[in-house]
Amino acid sequence: MTVAGTAATAPVAIRDLTVAYREQPVLWDVDLTLPEGKLIAIVGPNGAGKSTLIKAIMHLVPRTSGTISIFGKPYEQQRRLVGYVPQRGSVDWDFPTNALDVVQMGMYGKLGWVRRPGKRERETALACLEQVGMTAFANRQISQLSGGQQQRVFLARALAQDAQIYLLDEPFAGVDATTERAIIEVLRDLRSRGKTLIAVHHDLESLREYFDWLVVMNVRIIAAGPLETTLNAENLHAAYGGKILTLGAIGQPQLVGAE
Amino acid sequence: MLPGILRDVIFDYTLRNVALGSALLGIVGGVLGTFAVLRRQGLLGDALAHAALPGICLAYMLANSKAPLVLMIGAAISGWIGTLLILRIVEDTRLSEDTALGVILTVFFGLGIVLLTYIQHSNDANQAGLDKYLFGQAATLVQEHVITMAAVGSIALALVAVFFKEFKLLSFDPEFAASIGFPVRGLNVLLTSSIVIAVVIGLQTVGVVLMAAMLIGPAAAARQWTNRLGVMLALSGFFGAASGVVGAMISVTGSRLPTGPLVVLCVTAIVIVSILFAPERGVVWDSLRRRSNRRAILEQGQQP
Repeated sequence: MTVAGTAATAPVAIRDLTVAYREQPVLWDVDLTLPEGKLIAIVGPNGAGKSTLIKAIMHLVPRTSGTISIFGKPYEQQRRLVGYVPQRGSVDWDFPTNALDVVQMGMYGKLGWVRRPGKRERETALACLEQVGMTAFANRQISQLSGGQQQRVFLARALAQDAQIYLLDEPFAGVDATTERAIIEVLRDLRSRGKTLIAVHHDLESLREYFDWLVVMNVRIIAAGPLETTLNAENLHAAYGGKILTLGAIGQPQLVGAE
Repeated sequence: MLPGILRDVIFDYTLRNVALGSALLGIVGGVLGTFAVLRRQGLLGDALAHAALPGICLAYMLANSKAPLVLMIGAAISGWIGTLLILRIVEDTRLSEDTALGVILTVFFGLGIVLLTYIQHSNDANQAGLDKYLFGQAATLVQEHVITMAAVGSIALALVAVFFKEFKLLSFDPEFAASIGFPVRGLNVLLTSSIVIAVVIGLQTVGVVLMAAMLIGPAAAARQWTNRLGVMLALSGFFGAASGVVGAMISVTGSRLPTGPLVVLCVTAIVIVSILFAPERGVVWDSLRRRSNRRAILEQGQQP
């Protein structure tokens, strides 16, 4: 496995991480050091523990064992450096609030207890909505937004966190082409400002176009490294198992048959 | 000249207490019920209310007193235990939430009825009136009750005012709240405790059987009229107070019917009107809009 940078300075360094729900391990003995300033994809089949991995980084799931450090320090001390874009389906979008209000939630951590968002938070939130092309929808009730627009609101909320590391759980799942372009543009912009972006990703076809670093996993980490060296048939076959994978003529992995 | 009923509410001791008490329980129930409904925990409130009955009986037996604060504390403790058991069952076993709710609600309510019957058969002259906790009787409200309800209820309302932002995020996206470092477990306890308060201050007036309606109804109606949480909280409190007062007044003046069922009927009237006629979300406007859309599309289609 490729180890990029040293664990002491890496944005995310995971040691001996095991997570088990009931008796079944979801993550097994994960060692992973992620590099700074890259667009990193986490791929693997359904049930491979991809979402669990990014939730474990943020201590959202109980760990059986293992340590996680963010720029060399425990997560609890570095929370402010981590932004999070959850899966869109994880909340009830009929909640009585509007897009601007949801984006302001990204600043609740910095606001601390009891203090309410004020004029400054409002302006920051509007700027974040502008970055994702959603200015016109600031005052729209969130259930009246399309799936892609909702995803962009979540991304804007993470931008409002003003983090160094962004964890995104399937940011491209079920979104329209406009949204996909808008999201990738924002992610590239963040990368150019030195931020580290870690996304659970499903579409193997777009890997090469969007990402420059890759984690292939299935409960265990199968391979991790720069995309050019890590995206190959062997690694994908090891992750996806029975499904046969080949690399097409232009190096695009393709699922050519199941089981 | 004030209308008769309004004059009585202001100057008549009994009616004034009834009106103030039922307005209070309506406001607190409506406000905290909003969070219960948004978190899809309306039925948890129902289980909580039923689970309060054995606590009321035990508190009476242990303290030999019907002081409102004593009975409220008993109700709160056993309601809390019931709620915790439900949450534990959901977390630690493979039983689903509705199963856990059904089991705990019936067990606690059954135990409550057993204790209540035991007390009633014990030749204790002081016990009269405990059975009113089943369906509620606003006529039993005296000033001492109203003062206790106001004191306890204002704690719950103050918690909502102080932690408005935290409760909002907790209700909308608890996982994100945890990721930015909010103590989600602690906030959960705080919010659930506030809901417990909302339930116990209404039990004497509305009764354990139907108290959940005061949590769910006003909030469900309020959601129809607004897309903003702050407005929804205020509206829900208002709807709760209005139905509480009207129901209690009908119950006290003449009819002598138990208050709980009358209050529920008032809430339901508000809910029905809201579901049908609220702008945007109302069913009536929705179907009218759909019909006019269909006509517009058909007319466009006929143009060459």
